[in-house]
Amino acid sequence: MADDKKFGGYICTGCGIGERLDTDQLEQIALREGKMNLCRQHPMLCSAEGVQMIQDDIDNEGVNHVMIAACSRRAKVEAFNFPRVALSRANLREGVIWSRPDTEENRETTQEKADDYVRMGCAEVRFMEIPEPSGEQELNKHILVVGGGVTGMQAALEVAEAGYNATIVEKAAQLGGHMAQVYRRVPTRSPYVDPQDTQVADLVSRVMSNERITVYTNARVAQSSGAPGRFSVEIARESGETLNGSFGAIIQASGFKPYDANNLPEFAYGKTPDVVTNLELERLAREADGGPIKRPSDGKEVQAVAFVQCAGQRSDKEGHLPYCSGFCCTTSIKQAMYFKQQNPGCDTTVLFTDLRTPGAPGEDFYRAAQRKEVTFSKGEVSEVVSADGELRVKFKDLILNEDTEMTCDLVVLATGQVPNTGPDPYAAPLEAEDEEEEGGETAGEEATPQVSVSVESILNLDYRQGTDLPHLRHGFVDSHFICFPYETRRTGIYAAGPCRRPMDSAQARDDAAGAAMKAIQATVHAAWGQAVHPRAGDLSFPRFRKEGCTQCKRCTVECPFGAINEDEERYPQFNEARCRRCGTCMGACPVRVISFANYSIDTVGQQIKAVDVPDEYSEKPRILVLACENDAYPALDMAAMAGEEISPWSRVVPVRCLGSVSLSWITDSLNSGYDGVVLMGCRKDDDYQCHFVRGSAMAHERLSKVGDTLQQLNLETERVAVYEVAITDTKRAPQLINDMAKTVDEIGMSPFKF
Amino acid sequence: MTEVIATNETILVVGGGISGMTAALEAAETGKQVVLLEKRPYLGGRVSQLYKYFPKLCFPTCGLEINQRRAKMNPALRILTLAEVTSVEGEPGNYRVGVHISPRYVKENCTACGDCERAVSSEFDDEFNYGLSKRKGAYLPHRMAHPLRYVLDPRIIGSEDAEKAKAACKYDAIDLDDSGEDLTLNVGAVIWATGWQPYDANRIQPYGYDRIANVITSVEFERMADPSGPTGGRLIRPSDGKEARNVAFIQCAGSRDHNHLLHCSRICCMATLKQTTYVADAWGDDADISVYYIDIRAIDRFEDFYAKVRETTRARFIKSKVAKIEENKANGNPVLHGVDTEGYHRYANEHDLVVLAIGMQPSVPSDQFPVKLALNEEGFIEPAPENGAIFAAGVASDALDVNRAVQHATGAALKAVQVVNRVAGQEA
Repeated sequence: MADDKKFGGYICTGCGIGERLDTDQLEQIALREGKMNLCRQHPMLCSAEGVQMIQDDIDNEGVNHVMIAACSRRAKVEAFNFPRVALSRANLREGVIWSRPDTEENRETTQEKADDYVRMGCAEVRFMEIPEPSGEQELNKHILVVGGGVTGMQAALEVAEAGYNATIVEKAAQLGGHMAQVYRRVPTRSPYVDPQDTQVADLVSRVMSNERITVYTNARVAQSSGAPGRFSVEIARESGETLNGSFGAIIQASGFKPYDANNLPEFAYGKTPDVVTNLELERLAREADGGPIKRPSDGKEVQAVAFVQCAGQRSDKEGHLPYCSGFCCTTSIKQAMYFKQQNPGCDTTVLFTDLRTPGAPGEDFYRAAQRKEVTFSKGEVSEVVSADGELRVKFKDLILNEDTEMTCDLVVLATGQVPNTGPDPYAAPLEAEDEEEEGGETAGEEATPQVSVSVESILNLDYRQGTDLPHLRHGFVDSHFICFPYETRRTGIYAAGPCRRPMDSAQARDDAAGAAMKAIQATVHAAWGQAVHPRAGDLSFPRFRKEGCTQCKRCTVECPFGAINEDEERYPQFNEARCRRCGTCMGACPVRVISFANYSIDTVGQQIKAVDVPDEYSEKPRILVLACENDAYPALDMAAMAGEEISPWSRVVPVRCLGSVSLSWITDSLNSGYDGVVLMGCRKDDDYQCHFVRGSAMAHERLSKVGDTLQQLNLETERVAVYEVAITDTKRAPQLINDMAKTVDEIGMSPFKF
Repeated sequence: MTEVIATNETILVVGGGISGMTAALEAAETGKQVVLLEKRPYLGGRVSQLYKYFPKLCFPTCGLEINQRRAKMNPALRILTLAEVTSVEGEPGNYRVGVHISPRYVKENCTACGDCERAVSSEFDDEFNYGLSKRKGAYLPHRMAHPLRYVLDPRIIGSEDAEKAKAACKYDAIDLDDSGEDLTLNVGAVIWATGWQPYDANRIQPYGYDRIANVITSVEFERMADPSGPTGGRLIRPSDGKEARNVAFIQCAGSRDHNHLLHCSRICCMATLKQTTYVADAWGDDADISVYYIDIRAIDRFEDFYAKVRETTRARFIKSKVAKIEENKANGNPVLHGVDTEGYHRYANEHDLVVLAIGMQPSVPSDQFPVKLALNEEGFIEPAPENGAIFAAGVASDALDVNRAVQHATGAALKAVQVVNRVAGQEA
């Protein structure tokens, strides 16, 4: 232990701790066993005076490592905030007195639990280092925007408005993307009544005249590498010229590809030019420019038009999109208005199953169309037939419950958006796995070839784990978090617009602003040497002892964020600003060479070691609980608040993520006489709740083999249990611990007591 | 006196629900000084009262825990609860905002030990559970409340209970003389994230919410499904406590209706689909679920969830705007009358329990904004340049689900950051 560490232990006697526990004994333990240089008690440690007492020791006594034995680490966080000090918390309130009955016969075991929590808090802080910002990056105020459609342009303008620079890389010759072909857009301000100018020309001119924005058209990202704050990107132009740039963060606004309507022969697409997609109708409307819209086959003015909603969408048929593209209902309404505006007598019929016009703007616009006498008919179109110069649309009228048809001059297919994204780094291999859900998803992708990824990479990242952003479903790169929609599995790279989820241009512009916020934040955090969400502010990052490394590559494979590359000798290359500090690499490392300054094999391992394990005949088993700090640990806290009893034998250690759990902690605890181990991580399947995406899944996978270890030790496999626990499991989480106590009671104490 | 340091480089966020928290945290984590105001005594807003989120069926408290930890750790963020804006004056980069803070009667040194709660005896309707249960006059709004600090109900002030609470507190954290205060903050930009309230179901007279015990709203049903809620997670009828196995959901209750809310509240279809899983999970094959709807709006990838729900809950979908609900006096069952528009069949269907998928209404009525903002007919804030540096975030801008609200709030944070960056640049 370094000489410059000075340890202060502080024990709160408030909230009943003093009445329920012998705190003088705790103080003695902190001093003698915990090796604190000083230890003080206070009747209300979180009060201004209590905090000042600690601060005085920091200022006057040189204390820089503080152990606080009081309430849960989730409580009074603001009060116990000492910058540049290592801090551990022994949870005496929720963890001990609130989860144990206040009776005489329980007094001894309750005190023993508190004694251990103080030992553990001291052990943890003794092995903690104070993380220092690495100073690896300077603030790089330059954001790369891949894609020059509405989303990309808006993102660049937002970045510029914040005082940063942006570079747009657009593969086409012009900016504007698909929206540049659109005649009018759905209104974004009230009254939501008439189609409006798309504002694309205005956007283009604002982008082109903005001195903070550089635009490369006919260009693509040929290669990218690095990390937030120092992305090094090679931009290749069609001319053959290549340019290199350094960027703080990347916004991927690669947009969508129009669905290929050739997959819809039943609607006569391709058989007659009078069946067009919604995007193709925009071209006809532009050509007409307010005059009569003419049908392509013979130039006849359109007197009757039918819109077929969900064309090739919301369908599990081969070649169709299973999802709803979201924008098509209001687009058809807008397009029906094109006809009505010029010729109120034109028959415009929208054939739909569910009309999806959410919010105030959507519903107002829908009503405006009804006032303009656009006809909305709930019907399922089965076929479009072209004959004798007109189109017959056959459909099942769902209101009258009968098969019927209508004739018209023009049919508009409301076709959807296919995400324009690069290959999924985690795409399942072609042979489908036997798991039902994965099998289902693979089957779905096989059945819908246009949904599957283009082989062409968008970002060409030189990452160990693939060239592009991982997909969620159907080729979209959206995150799976409801509460954190900009969560990304490639730190510093944020998707926006229809490559993320299907959307219209108004939503895409809002989305661009959100992605720009996250991009700026990522580059700022990189400059500070801090992690981004969900451990924003964390200065620690993985360090590894190269001499011990066996180049097994488990860390580079298991990192949920693709943060670790490999060098020529296949040693891991950690990229600080890409790292999210979950510790999955630490958990993955079989030779224990990876650690964080304030979270390491030792900070947890020494806590396990510090617990007093009574002998075999004591009838006092010890159960180690490793609990995810975001879900399981709060669940246990809240269980205690509700008065749930938790086994007196349990000793709970919060972990950053179950993925960070080193198998050595489990084997060491069993070897040193613990009777049971309970591991609590988050849900790990398709609907995962692990905030590090794959951390919990990785842990479960690793721990599936722990049975072998137990057998080698000649121990019952029931002694280790792994669970998925949610934050709401305030009854179940204590029960799982109590169940382990019961199991130990049944199978007997561990034979490995000293 | 509450000390709040605010300058024209400070961002003020009004509303501490999921949108306001997000906007505040995103800005604060980018290094900006942020003051967050919340009218309730705790953060989290309506989201904290939800049992599960669609479409993952995960728990809102999971994300709330992360957001609250972010808030606890960030020194750039100052949170004021029980706070409301009374006035806004000024222009972008320089606003003066009047703030009224209502008394909490409990000081920051509260340890949440619970002694005051144990000491008092008076009980009131628990607003966290929409009045479906009672809470004490000294209370912690819910177990994850942030700040983790007790509140005294103003109605006990002056009573014996108030004195008992004060006497019970070992830490002198109770201040019965707290009279609230008024502050003026100088800020550069304002994010308006005041969210929504459920539409008043009493106003939908044909549905008899005020007359028929077994007609409840979707927000109440959400509390009922929560194992930590008023019924311990049991789906039971308010009239007689009988298990509710045959449950009907009525869509667009108050939404898309000229007599009520003009707009589509967007979330109700998905919320109902989610709630059908509560019924299916509770009763398995005995669950009998009906959804009366106009359009099922399961937009973009939510379509997957719609398909999954149709398959797993075996809910019946009836395209119909229910005309009226009557009560079968013999058994308390609500009887739904209307026409199934698919085939034009009249029906009179009896159910154990009816859940009104209640619409979202802006929290702040159009005529009660403390500042003039461009609003649409429905009362949502428009993305209008004339609003200056006052930016709507989340449901204050339109009926949005959580994911879209957070997305929108993240963008709103940037708009505010742009303003204070400009101010900083000019001053530099």
